[in-house]
Amino acid sequence: MDDARALPSRPRPRRRARKAQASDRRELLRDGAGAGSRAAVELERTWQDKPGVRGFLSANGHKTIGLRFVVTAFVFAGLAGVMGGLMRHQLATADSHLVGPDFYNQLFSMHGTTMMFLFAVPVMQGFALYIVPLMIGTRNTAFPRMSACAYWLYLFGGLLLFGAFATNTGPDAGWFAYVPLAGPQYGIGKRADFWNMLVTYSEAMGLMVAVDITTTILKLRAPGMTLRQMPLFVWASLVTSVMIIFAMPLVMLGANLVQFDRMLGTHFFNPAEGGDALLWQHLFWFFGHPEVYFIFIPALGFVSAIIPTFARRPMFGHDAIVLSLITTGFLSFGLWVHHMFATNLPELGKSFFTAMSFMIAIPTAMQIFCWIATIAAGRLVMRTPFLFVLGFFFILMIGGLTGIMLGSVPLDLQVHDTYFVVAHLHYVLLGGAVFPLFAALYYWFPKVTGKMLSERLGEWHFWLFFIGVNLTFFPLHVLGLEGMPRRIYTYGAETGWQTLNFVSAVGQVINDVGTLLFAINLIRTVFFTKERASADPWGAGTLEWSVASPPPKCNFFALPVVSSREPLWAPAAEVTHVQGLSAQIREGLTTTVIDALPDTRYAYPAPEIWPFVAALSVTVWLVWSIWSVPGFAWGLIPPALAFLLWYWPNKKEAIEEVEWEGEP
Amino acid sequence: MGGRAVTRREATPASIPAVRKGDALDVSELPSYGFAHRSLMWWGNAGMMTIEGVAFGFMVVIYFYLRDIARVWPDAGRAPDLLFGTVNLAVILGSAWPNYRAQKAAQDRSLSRVRLWLYVCSAFGIALCAVRWFEFTALNVRWDDGAYGSVVWVLMGLHSFNLVTDVLDTFVLTAVTYSKPVEGKRFVDIAENCGYWYFVVLTWLPIYAVVYFGARV
Amino acid sequence: MNGVHDVLAPAGPQALALFHLWNAMLVACVVVFALTMAVLAVALWRAPRAGERTRPDLDAHPRREATLRRSVVWGIAGSSVLLVVLLFASFFADRALSALPLADAVHIDLVGHQFWWEAHYEPNSPERTFATANELHVPVGRPVLIRLRADDVIHSLWVPSLGGKKDLIPGRESTLALRADRAGTYRGQCAEFCGYQHAKMALVVVAEPPADYERWSAAQRAPAREPATAQERRGLALVEQTSCAMCHAIHGTRARARRAPDLTHVASRGWLGAGAVENTPELRAEWIARAQKFKPGVNMPPLDAAPDDLAAMSAYLGSLR
Repeated sequence: MDDARALPSRPRPRRRARKAQASDRRELLRDGAGAGSRAAVELERTWQDKPGVRGFLSANGHKTIGLRFVVTAFVFAGLAGVMGGLMRHQLATADSHLVGPDFYNQLFSMHGTTMMFLFAVPVMQGFALYIVPLMIGTRNTAFPRMSACAYWLYLFGGLLLFGAFATNTGPDAGWFAYVPLAGPQYGIGKRADFWNMLVTYSEAMGLMVAVDITTTILKLRAPGMTLRQMPLFVWASLVTSVMIIFAMPLVMLGANLVQFDRMLGTHFFNPAEGGDALLWQHLFWFFGHPEVYFIFIPALGFVSAIIPTFARRPMFGHDAIVLSLITTGFLSFGLWVHHMFATNLPELGKSFFTAMSFMIAIPTAMQIFCWIATIAAGRLVMRTPFLFVLGFFFILMIGGLTGIMLGSVPLDLQVHDTYFVVAHLHYVLLGGAVFPLFAALYYWFPKVTGKMLSERLGEWHFWLFFIGVNLTFFPLHVLGLEGMPRRIYTYGAETGWQTLNFVSAVGQVINDVGTLLFAINLIRTVFFTKERASADPWGAGTLEWSVASPPPKCNFFALPVVSSREPLWAPAAEVTHVQGLSAQIREGLTTTVIDALPDTRYAYPAPEIWPFVAALSVTVWLVWSIWSVPGFAWGLIPPALAFLLWYWPNKKEAIEEVEWEGEP
Repeated sequence: MGGRAVTRREATPASIPAVRKGDALDVSELPSYGFAHRSLMWWGNAGMMTIEGVAFGFMVVIYFYLRDIARVWPDAGRAPDLLFGTVNLAVILGSAWPNYRAQKAAQDRSLSRVRLWLYVCSAFGIALCAVRWFEFTALNVRWDDGAYGSVVWVLMGLHSFNLVTDVLDTFVLTAVTYSKPVEGKRFVDIAENCGYWYFVVLTWLPIYAVVYFGARV
Repeated sequence: MNGVHDVLAPAGPQALALFHLWNAMLVACVVVFALTMAVLAVALWRAPRAGERTRPDLDAHPRREATLRRSVVWGIAGSSVLLVVLLFASFFADRALSALPLADAVHIDLVGHQFWWEAHYEPNSPERTFATANELHVPVGRPVLIRLRADDVIHSLWVPSLGGKKDLIPGRESTLALRADRAGTYRGQCAEFCGYQHAKMALVVVAEPPADYERWSAAQRAPAREPATAQERRGLALVEQTSCAMCHAIHGTRARARRAPDLTHVASRGWLGAGAVENTPELRAEWIARAQKFKPGVNMPPLDAAPDDLAAMSAYLGSLR
């Protein structure tokens, strides 16, 4: 970080001569001085979201977009949760007539689709968008307009799906829409078309955010934050985003192939004409298995962020956890056939996937042991975020162990497609993702809003949710072993399944109460609490806690320079911050990938309406193509125009940026 | 030596270092853009190419999957005529040359040379689109004629989509060179688009092989 | 549909092998879970408490770190060994499943439809073959080799007390080998979501002593009983002339369609509609008139008929033992 690295005797390039501009008279303000200076005021003004409706639609600050993702995801989760509650109540008694078969089939399809595509992945991406730039010491993500567009795509996709559901056109073939049931012959009406469209939306959205986060993490870290000094949550986000890039294209491709079968008469999945019903399963699950890790790995990142703070010590086995995250990411691509063990694939092939499914337990176990070691060697702060982490341990372990059972081919032949799987998946998703998610919410809430959630309500929420989840889902293991298959809207009294189903419904009510308490906690705190939280109420060590709560619009008045994994805990190094970036245009600093040496300045795009317009035009295209085959082609014109206008340089911005330009 | 050595910039990291001033690192003299992996656009591009590469790769896998389960291949129609596909191959390989020149011109930040070579690239692009149109007419199978027809049309369709969008991108970038002021980062965009064109060329090779010879071997 | 349907109540070698595997895995998983939770509990109990303002501990503590590292390594080593053991257990169970001796097997062709099971016994032997639906009888102690095909969408055959499940996939053929070693009625249900009435696509496997089985299959092979009473004769006439004959077959009559369950010996079955309704005279009449009431979305349309016509048809069908 000193100029000893300078290349010998290279002449400094002169700033390119340009015509005198009106702005010549304007003084160029740079950042780096204290928070109260003129530059700081100007910096906040530069990073402000524009006001009004147009400002709302053109915002591209990562905090704004990240928060939108998280809030929208929770709304979708609430809706899907109501659907889950309805299902539990329908099944609480034998031969119930609460809902009919058609509606029930839409309910479980919508519940799964919403939770997986519209809640679990977007909420994790939303957290990453909000937290990662703060944690790595930068002002925005690499491609803010792309993530802004991704948000609008996400919102429109979800609205269209729910619009379809509201008009009795909700998908009804399950959240993985097997063909031929979802194909042209048996998937009647537009229901499966809406599912395919939703998949296209959410995969496009996921990919855009993934590319943004990957580039952000690799190129925008604070000077001194080498890969080895990077916090574990950032590693988790990086691994997840790279996995998304490799896995999501597949389901997008597959869903579009199903659409071609449905709309254009192709025969990819038609066994009568050379296609194969199993091909869809391969395509879906090659994406589908990594997908659950898109949800799980960021949650592991939450846990790794929270434990050190509440154990008052750095994480034990940091490098081992990094390697475990990467290994888990890799291995997750080799498991997909374990969703297809009941098909007629060759037995030897299936056994390979049993071995792989068992193997992935090892890196997860490594992380769990390192976390327990950190706790054992720490001094514990028993607050709500930590409670939820402890709940995570309990519930995730159960889910992981039933996962091992499911990974064995022969045993899976008994429990596949039964309530045993429903129990397993809810244990790993609730335990492995939702508990860490709540932990993260309680943890970062003060940072985002500037207020602390109530500790007492938090503890009630935790215990009710913990008991509720176990009571709702543990009996389902037994039901699966007692012969209850998945996705049935009712059952006869002679099956004997009623008692446990009723117990499960009671558990669901307890869950609801817990969630209600959480909602009350949120509303009370946001609207009725006056006390402001400090910058670092938890005494944590990572960079996001070095700024005010909520963070300034520009994140940092001067970008930090770091020399340790917990910059706030380590003694101050000699060089502490960066100065010289513009306070008048949105500027940041790119650094080298591995060693985080300062590389170039970077002008972030200013807020623009085009990402919103582009998302709208893509919606026009996709909806048009559901009803009309030529629409698939003609409908491409609006997005083409929108992206053109997006790309076209904005003269005003260009003039401003040229003032700050420096040639390499 | 001479003028060229001064204007050409290698992709060396931190060629202009930050300056330490007390406890701060002053970055005001750092460049505001860089080429190749020093630019964020390169990384975004790499992400895009990975996504599309995975999709193309799996489409090829699907081709062989369907071929493997078929009793006879092609199960409808016959192998495509070789003429237009091979002409396409020749032209697309040839397009790599103006593409290379355009990329070099962008890295040298020479506006006039960039414009010239982008015009040449655009011309190649239009020619390729025309040839691609004729290829579709000579595939000798319809998309709804069995699994073979379906997979051949989708393979061709995927690559054509890429081809057309990149040709349109080239047009747009050519036009952007006329929009003042020309920021340095536009040269980076052009260099990256040229990089993407290499991807379009390279992905044609396996798809050409599979589409035109998958039913002949 | 009544019957034993419990993974933990195996009635044959396939289910028994899986039961043993389940027990082994359950024990292993419970032990791992208990140990890990115990370690966590001890760690929580012994670690001193602190507050948010407590200074974080950044010192090296080499001995403690070494102990922790050793513990983690042992934990990983132990977990890996256990996983390898479980892998072998799984492998051996797999081998056991495919080691069922198939000599003298009963061959059944099972075709899955939305929302019923079509069964053809001994399909390769023209003089011994017969068709039935939704209720399979098998001889105790003899293996049954079921060839699985699907007519429309993916289904899955699962009789938990007899063995694991196998998918029925359109365009693909698979087989499932089972053997019942104890007489009894074993219930199964379609285990792959197949549409509206996936929930009511059950089937029953009745395992009976070989002599009883031979009696049953001989009766099934015979053509339909002639109607004995006037009411039954009227019932047969109605069945042949109304929409019934458009989908159902009754051997020896003019009803020869194959798009719905074979009714030649429907009275020998305990339930109608793949477990939707019990096969009693009144419920049978109601089912004929309005199957949609019991199983909305089933492919059988309602039949507009006078009550005594329905009674006649029910009586006739009730005589087809």
